[in-house]
Amino acid sequence: MRKPALNDEILLTIEKPARYIGNEINSVMKDPAKVDIRFAMCFPDVYEIGMSHLGIQILYDMFNRRDDVWCERVFSPWTDLDQIMREKKIPLFALESQEPLRKFDFLGITLQYEMCYTNILQILELSEIPLLSRDRTEEDPIVIGGGPCTYNPEPIAEFFDFFYIGEGETQYDAIFELYKENRKNGKSRRDFLMKVCQVPGIYVPSFYDTVYHEDGTIQSFTPNIPEAPKCIEKQVVMSLTDAPYPTAPVVPFIKVTQDRVVLEIQRGCIRGCRFCQAGMLYRPLREKDVEVLKDYAEKMLKNTGHEEISLSSLSSSDYSALKEIVTFLVDEFHGKGVNISLPSLRIDAFALDVMSKVQDIKKSSLTFAPEAGSQRMRDVINKGLTEDMILHGAGMAFQGGWNKVKLYFMLGLPGETEEDIKEIAVLSDKIARHYYELIPKEARNGKVQITSSTSFFIPKPFTPFQWAPMNTREDFQNKAHLLNDTFKEQLNRKSLKYNWHEADLSELEGVFARGDRKCAKVLLNAYKKGCLFDSWSEFFQYQKWLEAFREEGVSIDFYNTRERSEDEVFPWDFIDIGVTKSFLRREWQNAKTESVTPNCREKCSGCGASNFKGGVCFETKN
Amino acid sequence: MKLRIKFRKYGVMKFIGHLDMMRYFQKVMRRADIDIAYSGGFSPHQIMSFASPLGVGLMSNGEYLDIEVHSWTSSDQMLFYMNQVMAEGVEILAVRKLPDNAKNAMSSVAFADYTIQFREGYEPSFSLSEILTEFLLQPQILIEKQTKKSSRQVDLKPLIQKLLLTKDGGVFMRVSAGSVENIKPELVMDAVYHFAGEERGEFALEITREDLYDENGWSLIDVGEEF
Repeated sequence: MRKPALNDEILLTIEKPARYIGNEINSVMKDPAKVDIRFAMCFPDVYEIGMSHLGIQILYDMFNRRDDVWCERVFSPWTDLDQIMREKKIPLFALESQEPLRKFDFLGITLQYEMCYTNILQILELSEIPLLSRDRTEEDPIVIGGGPCTYNPEPIAEFFDFFYIGEGETQYDAIFELYKENRKNGKSRRDFLMKVCQVPGIYVPSFYDTVYHEDGTIQSFTPNIPEAPKCIEKQVVMSLTDAPYPTAPVVPFIKVTQDRVVLEIQRGCIRGCRFCQAGMLYRPLREKDVEVLKDYAEKMLKNTGHEEISLSSLSSSDYSALKEIVTFLVDEFHGKGVNISLPSLRIDAFALDVMSKVQDIKKSSLTFAPEAGSQRMRDVINKGLTEDMILHGAGMAFQGGWNKVKLYFMLGLPGETEEDIKEIAVLSDKIARHYYELIPKEARNGKVQITSSTSFFIPKPFTPFQWAPMNTREDFQNKAHLLNDTFKEQLNRKSLKYNWHEADLSELEGVFARGDRKCAKVLLNAYKKGCLFDSWSEFFQYQKWLEAFREEGVSIDFYNTRERSEDEVFPWDFIDIGVTKSFLRREWQNAKTESVTPNCREKCSGCGASNFKGGVCFETKN
Repeated sequence: MKLRIKFRKYGVMKFIGHLDMMRYFQKVMRRADIDIAYSGGFSPHQIMSFASPLGVGLMSNGEYLDIEVHSWTSSDQMLFYMNQVMAEGVEILAVRKLPDNAKNAMSSVAFADYTIQFREGYEPSFSLSEILTEFLLQPQILIEKQTKKSSRQVDLKPLIQKLLLTKDGGVFMRVSAGSVENIKPELVMDAVYHFAGEERGEFALEITREDLYDENGWSLIDVGEEF
C-alpha cells in the first residue's frame, strides 16, 4: 500500500481526511516507471466540489486510457490543512501517487468560476511552483488552464503557461505527442510552448502583447512571435456520441455535491438567452445518441454502485429523445433502489407524469426560471417563457398534487426599471393566487409555498450583454430591498418567501469576468493579504479585496459599470467561438428594442456557430 | 434470508468514518450484484445494519454487518464477488447465513477485543508490565465517562475482562462493548496512564479492533453458518 503524503497525526487532526487519501473506487493507479507523462488534473476548490465536476472525470478517464500517461487528481486543501502545509512546509501532492506536484510534467487547472482564482495561486504556491509563468524553469510542470473561464483568460494570463480553449476531447493527444518529442530531442520549455502554440485552440499568453489606450481600453493585442496565431479557435467535439465518456467514474468515499451517475445528453443550447454565456460558448447544439446513453447508464450504475442517476445538459427539455431516455431510466432502474433525479424540465403532462413516479409529490417542488418578472424584461433577455406558460404549468402541477414552487430571477438586467423589479413579486403572487383559485379548499394539501430567489446579473464575455453596464453593489442592495418590500405588500405574502444573496461577491466576479491583464496584480495582492476560497461566504473578505484594488490603482467601475462602446476591443476578442461579434452586436440591439429572437429550431439567426459543421440549422440544411 | 458479513479495515481506510463506510457498503452491494432487499417508499434503502461503529483512525480485523437478501449463491462466491469490487484497505473475511431467530449484529455485541500499539516517539516512559499488574489489582477503577449531555462515574474494573502486555510491547484488552456498556479502548488506556501519573499523548495509540463477541463469548461470525 502506498504511503500517504500526510502522517496520521495530521490526517486525524484535520476535517474530512478522506479528501486527501485517494484510494477511491475507479481511481487509477499506474507504475510511474512505465509512463512518460505525469499529469495532475486540478479543480481549484475543495474535494467535494471538484469531484462533482463532470469535465475532469471525462479528461481523467481519457488521459488514463493512454498507457504512456498517468493522470492524477488534486484539489484545494481546505483552510485547516492549508495552514498545516504552510507551517510544516509539506508540498502539495496528487491523490493517487501522493507525490508532490512539482515532479509532474503537467498541472492542468480547470476554471469553472471566477471566484476560484485565489485558489489557483494557493495550488501553485503549495506546490512550490512559481506563481508567474515567466519565473518557471525547466524543472517546473507546464501549467495549463481549461474550462469556461478561459474564454476570457486575460486576468489570469500571467499565471499560466498555456490555455486550452474549448472542449478537451480534441487536442490533448497532439499536445502529449509534441511534449514527448520535445523532450526526446532535448529541447526546452520555450521550444515546447512555441510548438504547442500552433496547435488549434492553444493560447500561450507570453507570446502576445497588449497595448492600451490612455483611457485603459485596449488599443491592440498582437502576437510577439511569428509562430503564434492572431486568433485562437475554440475546440469542439462534433460527434458527442463517439467522444470518450467515463463509464467507470471515480466514486468518492465521502458525500460530494454531485453524488450520482451523470449522463451528459447533449452539449450546446438552442435557446439564445442573452445573459447566458454557456448558451453561446457551447454552440452548436450536439446531441448524444440515446442508445449510447442507455448503454452508459447501465455500465455506470454497475461500475460505481451509485444509487442515483441524473441527466446533464443546458436545457434537457430540448433533447429530442428526452421521453425515450427518461422512460428507459424509470422502467429499467426505478424500483431497483436507484433514484432518478430529473433535471428541471419544462412542465408538461409528460414531465408531471414521470415526476409523480420518481418523486414524493408532497416533498418535491417545481422549478421555474423566468429570470425576469415582467414580460418586457423577459423579451429583453430573450427568455422565451411567458406568464401564461408559467401559470399553465404551475396549474397543471397544482392539480397533480404539488404545492411547492421555486422561482429563479435575476436583478440588475440591462434596462431594468423599478416596475420590472416589482413584477417579480407580482408574478410570484399570481402563481399563489392561481393555486387558491384552482384548488378547492378541501383538496388542498396545506398552503402553497412559493420560494423566489434572485441572483445579481453579471455581464459575461461572448454574450450580447458583454457591452452592458453592470449595477453597482449599492444598486443591487437597493433593488433587493425594494423587491423584499414589494413581496411584503402582496395579498398572499404568507405563502411567499424571498431569498437573495449579498452583492459583494458579484461585484468582484464582474471585474474578473470582463477584466484584462491589469487585474492580475489585484488578484496577487488580495491573495497575499489572505484571500482564499472566495466563493465560500465564510471566507470571503470583501474589505481586503477593496484594499487590493485601491493599492494597485485598479478601478472596479472601469470594468463593471461603464457601458462599452460597440467598437471597443475586448480582451477576449482574439478568441473565435464560432458565434460572431456581429451576431452578438445585433442581439445587443435587439435587446435594446425588446425584440425576441427565435430559437435555433424555429429559425436560424445566423450566429456563426454552423461554421463547425453542426447544430440544428446545419443538420436541416444538409 | 439474513447474512452476516465479516470484514477487515486497514491502511488509509481507517480514515473513513462510520457513515461513509455504510455508504461505501451500499455501493459495494450494487457493484457486486448482491440481491439485497430494499425497504419500500420513494427513497428505498437497503436492509443493512452494522454491529458497532468504529472510530476514525482505528483499524479492525473484525467488523460486521448484517444484510437481508432475496437470493444467494454460496459463501465463497459472494465473498469472492464482493472482494472483486473492494477498495484497498477493506477485505471481506467471511459471509455466513444467520439462523432465523438470530439477534442482529448490533444488539448481539457484548465484548470487543482490541490490540494497541504505541506510535513511534510515543512509547510510555513507565514500565507497562508493572503498571498493568498493579492497575488491575485495584479494588475499583473509577473514571468519569462523558456522555452527550453530562458525565457520570463508572467503575471500569468489572468491564475489563482482559488487559495484558503483548509480546511486541503493545497491549491487548477485552472489554465490554455494545448497547449496555460500551468501553472505548482509549478510555482504559487513559485510566492506565492516569494510574501511572502520566498524560497520554493525543496521537500515542494505534488501535486495532480484533473482534466482537456476543454475551456467550462467541465471535459474531460463529453465530452464522457457511452455505
